Amino acid sequence: MTDTTTEDLARILKEHPFFKGMPEAFCDLIRDCATIEQFEAGAYVFHEGDPANHFYLLRHGKVALEIKAPERGSLAVQTVRAGEILGVSWLVPPYRLTCDAKAVELTRTITVNAACLREKCDEDHDFGYEMMQRFMPIMVQRLNATRLQLLDVYGTKA
Amino acid sequence: MPSVQQAVLSRDALQALLDHLKERGYRVLGPTLRDQAIVYDDIDGVGDLPEGWTDSQDGGRYRLEKRDDAALFGYTVGPQSWKRFLHRPAIRLWSAKREGEDVNVTTEPAPGTPCAFIGVRSCELHAIAIQDRVLLGGNYVDPHYQARREGAFIVAVNCSVAGGTCFCVSMHTGPKADSGFDLALTELMGDGEHRFLVETGTDLGAEVLAALPHRPAKDADIDAARAVIANTAANMGRTMQADDVPELLMRNLKHPRWDDVAQRCLACANCTMVCPTCFCTTVDQTSDLTGAASAAWRRWDSCFTTDFTYIHGGSVRTSTQSRYRQWMTHKLATWVDQFGSSGCVGCGRCITWCPVGIDITEEVQAIRESEPQ
Amino acid sequence: MAPKPEAQSTGTAGDIMVPRVARVRHSQLDGPDTWTLDLDDETFSAGSYVPGQFNMMMAFGVGEVPISMSGDPSKPNLVHTVRAVGAVSAALTQLKPGDVLGLRGPFGVGWPIAEMDGRDVVIVAGGVGLAPLRSLIYHLFNERERYGDIAILYGTRSPNDILYHDELESWRGRFDLEVDVTVDHTTSPWHGHVGVVTTLIPHATFDPLNTIALTCGPEIMMRFTIAALQDAGVADEAIYLSMERSMKCAVGFCGHCQFGPVFVCRDGPVFRYDRVRDLLPLKEL
Repeated sequence: MTDTTTEDLARILKEHPFFKGMPEAFCDLIRDCATIEQFEAGAYVFHEGDPANHFYLLRHGKVALEIKAPERGSLAVQTVRAGEILGVSWLVPPYRLTCDAKAVELTRTITVNAACLREKCDEDHDFGYEMMQRFMPIMVQRLNATRLQLLDVYGTKA
Repeated sequence: MPSVQQAVLSRDALQALLDHLKERGYRVLGPTLRDQAIVYDDIDGVGDLPEGWTDSQDGGRYRLEKRDDAALFGYTVGPQSWKRFLHRPAIRLWSAKREGEDVNVTTEPAPGTPCAFIGVRSCELHAIAIQDRVLLGGNYVDPHYQARREGAFIVAVNCSVAGGTCFCVSMHTGPKADSGFDLALTELMGDGEHRFLVETGTDLGAEVLAALPHRPAKDADIDAARAVIANTAANMGRTMQADDVPELLMRNLKHPRWDDVAQRCLACANCTMVCPTCFCTTVDQTSDLTGAASAAWRRWDSCFTTDFTYIHGGSVRTSTQSRYRQWMTHKLATWVDQFGSSGCVGCGRCITWCPVGIDITEEVQAIRESEPQ
Repeated sequence: MAPKPEAQSTGTAGDIMVPRVARVRHSQLDGPDTWTLDLDDETFSAGSYVPGQFNMMMAFGVGEVPISMSGDPSKPNLVHTVRAVGAVSAALTQLKPGDVLGLRGPFGVGWPIAEMDGRDVVIVAGGVGLAPLRSLIYHLFNERERYGDIAILYGTRSPNDILYHDELESWRGRFDLEVDVTVDHTTSPWHGHVGVVTTLIPHATFDPLNTIALTCGPEIMMRFTIAALQDAGVADEAIYLSMERSMKCAVGFCGHCQFGPVFVCRDGPVFRYDRVRDLLPLKEL
């Protein structure tokens, strides 16, 4: 982990697409819960079953969401790339991560302490609503994309 | 445009017409009675025509009835149309033979005898013109249709009765034959003289007329013919408010009426077989057991079949509802986009020959009346 | 009265339904059950078709299917990529160098090359849908200076299903375009993207107000791709898709390929999206 000044962190945060149009005060709230992290290729960002106490804004690199099956090994079901968000379970009880996340290549993140952020959402409902408004589209898009993957449109029919 | 001549032919002169056409080398085809219907087939003479017969038609119903006179053309249209001679039900397109490492493809020989059609109704003339547009009027020409079409001699007949399922007046396709014929006849039974007012449509028609015994047309003949046609026009069995049908149907593609008709439709494809404008075909290859000789055959097909829209793994139109909708919207709506006119000529065959009597005019009316606002 | 025997069926030379004979020069496996055939065809020469057009390819004694051209339009090679999904296509994929087949064509409306002049180009291909686009891609390479940014986005089922795998890798190595590949599923080690092809669009570089977007693949994939392109700001009039329907004649006579008012064989297979926009969502049209 690199040491970053508060100003640097604030600047890096605002560059990320997730923060586009976010009021300054809310950016500061998140900044207070955020750090910069780096994961080497092959390193796991989190594991299935871990408490969902963080979410990650990817600045650089690629993370594969994987699910393990005993006889099939680890199956990648989706990749998340720079500019996108990793981890949505922090918003929804029981706040538990539902798959593994492995850095496929060197990945740098803004890691946000979600436990800290959940408290701030409870205290400031306007902020909580802002978070919901930004995370819901991501969840809906992921749901739609997953449905398309399930349809197996490229498979040859019998 | 050649000048129109009018004259009057007797019943005997009609026989002379058929003989003359035979002498000119035509295969003469006309209406004749077979299997309790009036069909189009080879005829030798006036004696083969359904003299004294008429037809009674309604949804899913066709019966022949005796007339109380000796009219030769006193009926409307039967299950067949002239498309079975022009756009034939089954033809071989080519054959191929493997010879060592090569395959040699042989095309089919040129046509033989040209056809003369006797008794073509106005709706049928329009249907032929519609098929001309489909098969000759685009970027590609169907040479098989073209060969049969270009040689054909057409003797039209103006209807003296209106059929129970006829609606040519609504579709602006009759009952008077306006164009597309070499000769047009109107059968007149009155004044004790069984005769035919004849009108020429082409130079060839005029040439043929000149070879027949005929007398000049009197005003009385012309008036009588006009009255016959007016009477037919006034007695249509069906009507359809036709001018806005394309838009009506295309904005109601999800109307519940399609489910309603689907409950009744058997997807038997009768309507497409009897319709004089339906043109869909399929191509199948055949080969001998060794695979050395093969050929391709083109056959009539119908959009009602389950595999009409089959592509790798499934069909696009699986439900009867979607297939009925395709047929009706193509016939009445998208045909206009494709070919510049309606595909329907108001002949009523689809109504008569539908085993469950589905009526295209009724379906249009039902959608019109219950259109969601 | 017995009907007279029918005269011999009519026909003439120049009948568009009669095939010409071509020979397989070379064949190669380019994907699962998917073979690319390089053909010797006397009537064919460079420039005799527009990318996006198709031939009816015929296995004598079996039947014929519409297959788009996949070769370089500036070269005299006639190249087709065929995936075995039925009796005819399976027979075609089994042809070896020296074997003969029948051909009719070229038919149809191709990709709108004139529209792309001076603009960015976004190509979104799915599965074997890359084959009809490859011809266009070769043309873009041949005349690279006429176009702005070019992005080739490809999605398929799994890493094993990637069509033209090695060629895609070599395209990706070029400095003058962007290539992004994703798969729906993976079971083996794969360090590329996993997710539907639409997820690649937000990351591609192009000016949505000055772009022509072209897509080909399964119809579901094309519909969602078009939605994603619209979200990215591309106008309906700048989006083109290549459609597929049952074809028996390829010249607008047999009626099988009708899609509402259009014949896919003659008015397509390439359509500008706004022309079919209201038809695509209709069930069983």
